[in-house]
Amino acid sequence: MGGSINTTGLSALYGGVTAVEDINIEIPANQITALIGPSGCGKSTFLRCLNRMHELVPGARCSGKVIWDGKDIYAPEVDATEIRRGIGMVFQKPNPFPLMSIADNVSAGLRLAGMKRNKALMNETVERSLKMAALWDEVKNKLDKPGGSLSGGQQQRLCIARALAVEPDIILMDEPCSALDPASTQKIEDTMDKLKEKFTIVIVTHNMQQAARVSDFTGFLLTRETGEPGRLIEFGSTSKIFTMPDHKETENYITGRFG
Amino acid sequence: MKNGLHHRRRNLKSNFAYALCALATITALIPLILILAYVVFQGAGALNIDFFTQLPKPVGETGGGMGNAIIGSLMLIGIASVVGLPLGILAGTFLAEYRSPRLSWTVRLLADILSGVPSIIIGVFVYTLLVLTMKRFSALAGGVALAILMLPTVARTTEEMLRMVPDSLREASLALGISRWRTIVSIVIKTAGGGIMTGVMLALARIAGETAPLLFTALNSRTWPTGLDKPVASLPVQIYTYAIAPYADWHQQAWAGSLVLVLIVLILSVGSKLYFGRKMRRVR
Repeated sequence: MGGSINTTGLSALYGGVTAVEDINIEIPANQITALIGPSGCGKSTFLRCLNRMHELVPGARCSGKVIWDGKDIYAPEVDATEIRRGIGMVFQKPNPFPLMSIADNVSAGLRLAGMKRNKALMNETVERSLKMAALWDEVKNKLDKPGGSLSGGQQQRLCIARALAVEPDIILMDEPCSALDPASTQKIEDTMDKLKEKFTIVIVTHNMQQAARVSDFTGFLLTRETGEPGRLIEFGSTSKIFTMPDHKETENYITGRFG
Repeated sequence: MKNGLHHRRRNLKSNFAYALCALATITALIPLILILAYVVFQGAGALNIDFFTQLPKPVGETGGGMGNAIIGSLMLIGIASVVGLPLGILAGTFLAEYRSPRLSWTVRLLADILSGVPSIIIGVFVYTLLVLTMKRFSALAGGVALAILMLPTVARTTEEMLRMVPDSLREASLALGISRWRTIVSIVIKTAGGGIMTGVMLALARIAGETAPLLFTALNSRTWPTGLDKPVASLPVQIYTYAIAPYADWHQQAWAGSLVLVLIVLILSVGSKLYFGRKMRRVR
């Protein structure tokens, strides 16, 4: 549970257009790594390369290596579905399965990904995941209500619980709080801090304050000119990036001179 | 001052256009209302228990019913469903989920062409395919003809309903490590289930009243249905047979049969929209 993931020379393309180029990053285990940068610099695209979701877009592909658990997830004999069981994702807009109950939503990954579990074990997993996502107290008496009946912040925590239930190593979060109100955001940030004991978390955020609050390490991406692909400009501990960055571009972004 | 005048003129035009649309809608509804009223008026009188439980009587004898035609119609709808629904739903699923542009375009074109073929031609086709080879008219042939008629509708409706399921749900499922096929069956199709059922019910309502293809395939019969490989009576064909005959008693029965047919179609169409429509609204 929790492992590191490293990329070497990772580039992501949509058809003929390169969105991010030559990213070399080592994301440490059981830490929260934030990826920041101005809109359109390819943070989300890069994130989706880490669990092979990028290739689901027609015409999209990645080149380079992504090493997780000792192997390259893009090696030809690797099954993408297996990868996604070990590297989970939470999306920007909460997307619980609307017609499934809350409990079924959480256990969906277990039931449908072919992991046979008995009823008791399933219920235990649902309770554990909802507790880890800080949602248990609010839904414990209505586990059979449909997933779509919750508020936005609750839905997002439900999605987090759903991702946790399959017990991945790494959890990727693509701007998980940008569609939520401050109170829900606060709850989720508190959750993330507890989660890193068991998981490695990578979070893409356009909210610099959030990155500074929540993360242990930060990577800064940027497209230097329009039409250029995004590149990783700098990577380091969050305190260093935000107080004494090595690159001028990083400093300009942090101090709000652009983006 | 000038603005006031323009306002009034625009309002007048808007109201006039609205009145025109309302009038056109009412005019379009008049045939429907007249048909329903007339069928009810003419047919209600001849509806009784006998009608549903008895066989047609020979010429000259009064009474009897269309029991065999009602059972026969249900049998034909059943056969058509068994043959046509799996094919149609799978085709619709392919079109919606495996978006290979050239193949999808071809399949969609073929479905559109098929839906434009006159139903009598489909009857002749199945006649050549099944009736001549089996050397008999049969309920099976009738069911297959109806299934072919149903295919394009079921496929297109399934496709449309599946497309309405947002991509975010597919993404959520795939990101959990659920395989493509499992995602389609357990997430997408399940979510669109209500809409697909509505489309199926509507397709069934449509084929319930098809007459021409049955003339060459299921033919007709004066007895209770005796097997899949024998001819079978059906409401539309029986209505036709009675309506063009010169006996007043038979005309009465034809009206009663029409009423039953209209009721079946109404129940299927309206019922499915009311019941499944409610389910679909929760998805958005």
